[in-house]
Amino acid sequence: MSDENAQSEQRHWEKTRTLTIIVLVVWFIFAFIVPWNAKALNELSFMGFPLGYYFCVQGSLVIFVALIWIQNWRQDQIDNELGVKE
Amino acid sequence: MQGKFTDNLGKVYGIYTLGFLGFFALMAIFEQLGAGARLIGIMFLLFTIAIYALIGWLSRTTQVEEYYVAGREVPALYNGMATAADWMSGASFVALAGGIYFGGYPYLGFVVGWTGGYVLVNSLMAPYLRKFGCYTVPDFIGTRYGGNTARFCAVVILVVASFTYVTAQINATGTIASRALGIPFEVGVWFGIAGILVCSMLGGMRGVTWTQVAQYIVLIIAYLVPVIWMSNVQGFGLIPHFGYGDAVQRIAELETTLGVGTAPTEKFAGLNALTTLHNSPQGGYDSWRFFTLALCMMAGTASLPHILMRYFTTPSVRSARKSVAWSLLFIFLLYFTAPVLATLTKLQLLDPQLATSVIGKSIADVNNLAWIKNWVAVDMLKVVDSNGDGILQINEFFMRSDIVVLATPEIAGLPYVISGLVAAGGMAAAMSTADGLLLAIANALSHDLYYKIIDPKADTKKRLMAARILLVFIGVAGALVASLKLTGILGAVAWAFCFACSGLFFPLVLGVWWKRANRQGAIAGMVLGFLSGALYLIYIQNGGTQIAGLDGLRFGIIGMPVSLIAMVVVSLMTPEPSKEIQDMVDQTRLPGGKTILDSAH
Repeated sequence: MSDENAQSEQRHWEKTRTLTIIVLVVWFIFAFIVPWNAKALNELSFMGFPLGYYFCVQGSLVIFVALIWIQNWRQDQIDNELGVKE
Repeated sequence: MQGKFTDNLGKVYGIYTLGFLGFFALMAIFEQLGAGARLIGIMFLLFTIAIYALIGWLSRTTQVEEYYVAGREVPALYNGMATAADWMSGASFVALAGGIYFGGYPYLGFVVGWTGGYVLVNSLMAPYLRKFGCYTVPDFIGTRYGGNTARFCAVVILVVASFTYVTAQINATGTIASRALGIPFEVGVWFGIAGILVCSMLGGMRGVTWTQVAQYIVLIIAYLVPVIWMSNVQGFGLIPHFGYGDAVQRIAELETTLGVGTAPTEKFAGLNALTTLHNSPQGGYDSWRFFTLALCMMAGTASLPHILMRYFTTPSVRSARKSVAWSLLFIFLLYFTAPVLATLTKLQLLDPQLATSVIGKSIADVNNLAWIKNWVAVDMLKVVDSNGDGILQINEFFMRSDIVVLATPEIAGLPYVISGLVAAGGMAAAMSTADGLLLAIANALSHDLYYKIIDPKADTKKRLMAARILLVFIGVAGALVASLKLTGILGAVAWAFCFACSGLFFPLVLGVWWKRANRQGAIAGMVLGFLSGALYLIYIQNGGTQIAGLDGLRFGIIGMPVSLIAMVVVSLMTPEPSKEIQDMVDQTRLPGGKTILDSAH
């Protein structure tokens, strides 16, 4: 039993770690790579905004909010599945 | 009402919100009846502060767990509101839109940085610290790495970062109080600190939590209502947030015809003329400036103890995560509105096709506008005729960046009652942040320094007495420093972020994410990271050459890598942590089970 426990705890951490890495990659793209290239993106237009500007004032922010909600939804699934929820 | 207070939160804050809106309507009627702007401003401040004080008094407590972590019974949604108020300081409320107005693209690093940081909080910190069950951030460092030295280092960094930050907030409360109540700044500061202490002294974290929820409601109404109202009066649409792209493009056209970028020939201390283009990223160095600023602000967010400790108050690990999500949503509401405000206000001043424009008009006409007169009288705005042609040019119009938020209602011709609302919102923003910071400092000193290091045998009564005395003492010290007016509000805020991320970011993250991290490594990381950042700041403040354009807003870029390298190298050179500690890290990573520290620790 305790072996099984230890195993599911290990799997839980592996899955949590993978999820965290994915989240941080998405975060890095919209926090740094997109704003870094704002000049080039400004050539494109979105809802009347220059695209680079749009991301810096709204687009990246919306993605951060959505990212946290999605991450938490997925993390809850992982916790439930491996029986380590509170 | 039946049941516990926490069972009735929806009802209580629903009634409170309606009451506040009712008060707003009442003031609007007063204005129609002929009440002056001054009286309305005073009423707004006194009414809201009286309510916060009442909440603070009702939340008084003698329990340790209630004093330090609000009894760990704050639901995710409300903790999200409290965190948002804790987070959004006087600087966010008053200075952010003005910064965007004057700073252009590089300044947007604040907007992205101060929201994106929450992804780090949620991914790397909040759930694990909640599972740990600590009362303060140094409590985590002290237990995870063991020993008083590590704990003490964390306390020192916390105090330096938070104290830098809190003086800026007390400064902001003083500025707002002095303007609304018509008292000198030095008196306003003491008025502000009195209001702040009433909220936190009796109830500790419990009092601060429930006042912060109330303060969030006031500050978000006070930020959104003027912008949306202005947009409707000036014809920018019902909800302007999604349709101001045209305004951004129109500003770009006007910048060419009006000659934005021509340096002014005169200078006035504290006032700026618009010289930076609204949206003109240059790539290269410009992108680097954005990146470094955003990175420091994000890592700082995830290391600032007054934010992290808010997530200690939720009932469970899951609700801690959920409340990070709510926090960011509530913060987002203000941060995606600030650029709207900056853009539309700029367009109103610049566009000759709009009735509100001033650039290109005759100087005499501009000087006759009521709102110009008001702000010139308090030295926050200046209109000069440098080239003597009688026409106002873009580089002849100077203002303090705070004006963008404070004067928008007047520029757009809204009633005075809106200005009163904005004053109440700014006060709520500054007070709530100051409360969180003061409590973070006082709790670290009373719990970690006094109880854990100096007198571990102290009983509950003595510990809480120490906590309260320290709170008052630090509040007074903060007010004294604030009344010296050493740095601008925004400068001091950015310093706090850089201090926090230089010293605390990696010791906190690696404490959870790297089992091999040990005491020696953590101490090296904290000491060397913090010192290298601080010494670099002192060096450039005294006229040293900046490395790669890293100024006082970005010195975390120096501190963080030093901290990381020192921590990894020293950890690997010294023995790995004991089996006990490694098991503790494993337990921290699991949401279920008992907390690492129990409530009697």
